[in-house]
Amino acid sequence: MSAPSLDRDALAALAPKLAPGATGVAEVRQLSGGASQELWLVALDAPGGPMRTVLRRKPPQRAASELAIAIETEALLIALAHDAGVPSPRVLHTLTRQDGLGAGFFMSFVDGEALGGRIVRDEAFAAVRPKLARQCGEILARIHTLSRERVTELPVKDTVRVIDELEQAYRAEDWPRPVFSLAFRWLRQNMPAPAETTIVHGDFRNGNLLMGPEGVRAVLDWELAHAGDPMEDLGWICVNSWRFGMIDKPVGGFGAREDLFAGYEAVSGAKVDAARVRFWEIVGTLRWGVICTMSGVLLRGEGPFTVERPMIARRASETELDLLNLLEGVA
Amino acid sequence: MQDHPSAIAVLDIAIAHLRDNTLPDLKGRAAFDMRVTLNALQLVRRTLVLTPESDAAERTRLEALLGEAGDLDSLNRALCSRIEAGELDLASPGLIAHLRATALEKLAVDQPSYSAYRRATEAKD
Repeated sequence: MSAPSLDRDALAALAPKLAPGATGVAEVRQLSGGASQELWLVALDAPGGPMRTVLRRKPPQRAASELAIAIETEALLIALAHDAGVPSPRVLHTLTRQDGLGAGFFMSFVDGEALGGRIVRDEAFAAVRPKLARQCGEILARIHTLSRERVTELPVKDTVRVIDELEQAYRAEDWPRPVFSLAFRWLRQNMPAPAETTIVHGDFRNGNLLMGPEGVRAVLDWELAHAGDPMEDLGWICVNSWRFGMIDKPVGGFGAREDLFAGYEAVSGAKVDAARVRFWEIVGTLRWGVICTMSGVLLRGEGPFTVERPMIARRASETELDLLNLLEGVA
Repeated sequence: MQDHPSAIAVLDIAIAHLRDNTLPDLKGRAAFDMRVTLNALQLVRRTLVLTPESDAAERTRLEALLGEAGDLDSLNRALCSRIEAGELDLASPGLIAHLRATALEKLAVDQPSYSAYRRATEAKD
């Protein structure tokens, strides 16, 4: 596999569209992060000095994923979220065929920290940590009121479909995991009544939130967005795997559920049903476990593999203990 | 019988070499990958040390719970079938204790630093 590259001439031609008066490109660098999409820092020569932008692009060889939405839909969601007051970059331009750069979109550069382990431990975030759970609640309430009519391409995933898809993936591994079998049965027997359907971010967790010392600066990685039960997002950010060791701070390793719910209720005006969120925390824990097992299934194919892949596969067991704790707590 | 030094002793020397002589010269992605590699080798080490005993214990528990004999794969598949059929559930005597013991045995190999594992094993001490 050759290293990914960007066509400098095509970038230079696009520069004036990204920033008024921009005459060319000063710097291009691939950023870390973005496991499935490429992420590039593109600094433009603009009248006021270099202007940093970020290009999120679909790798040219990557086949359309069954799980992810189209990258153009992602751009549309981020633009809508930005207009609704969700901390987000500004979408500057969505690539078209004429641009000759593949599929993707440009957005304004937002500086910050996304590494969950630093956010729960570093001194730089000590003052803001107690406020983050409430902020997350407020942000989620805004995401859940985004207009579905503007993003009609989003897949609808009601609770039954979410669980069906997870169970199919579990079956595909063909490896006996009695705790997963028990969790699937519990979920099917304790399914909450159908919820109102809203836009769901789908991967709102510590690790996908760009933070500054004052709080959340941008919500990242919208590619698993769908229409579904909004409480799915509140449960997912509480999954123990995203607490980065801070097991007693259920929201992202930095806060309390009460604060998350209070922020959500203040913006949405609706009361949060804690039992429904807990149901989704169990779904979320099982989901992370199944994702780990999918990493193991891929190892049955042809390599070469990164050394990380088998280690992710071996993280499925962490969710087995978490699931037992959750199931015993509600039994 | 294999000769000495044991597999664990060979592995320990290899791990020490990579950690002390190779890792310090690496930067960026290569250093990150080497740290993951060292974690992987430590996982293999824990497997060699811990699983002969934990596999035997798991099998004994499964045979008692299910009332049948077999290897670990077939016993675990049988347990999944019984759970899926509703014949065993959260209230069944011994089920949760077995599943919890097994999860802890897996984590002792996979990820002994995991928060919930540490919480569970501290509580036991």
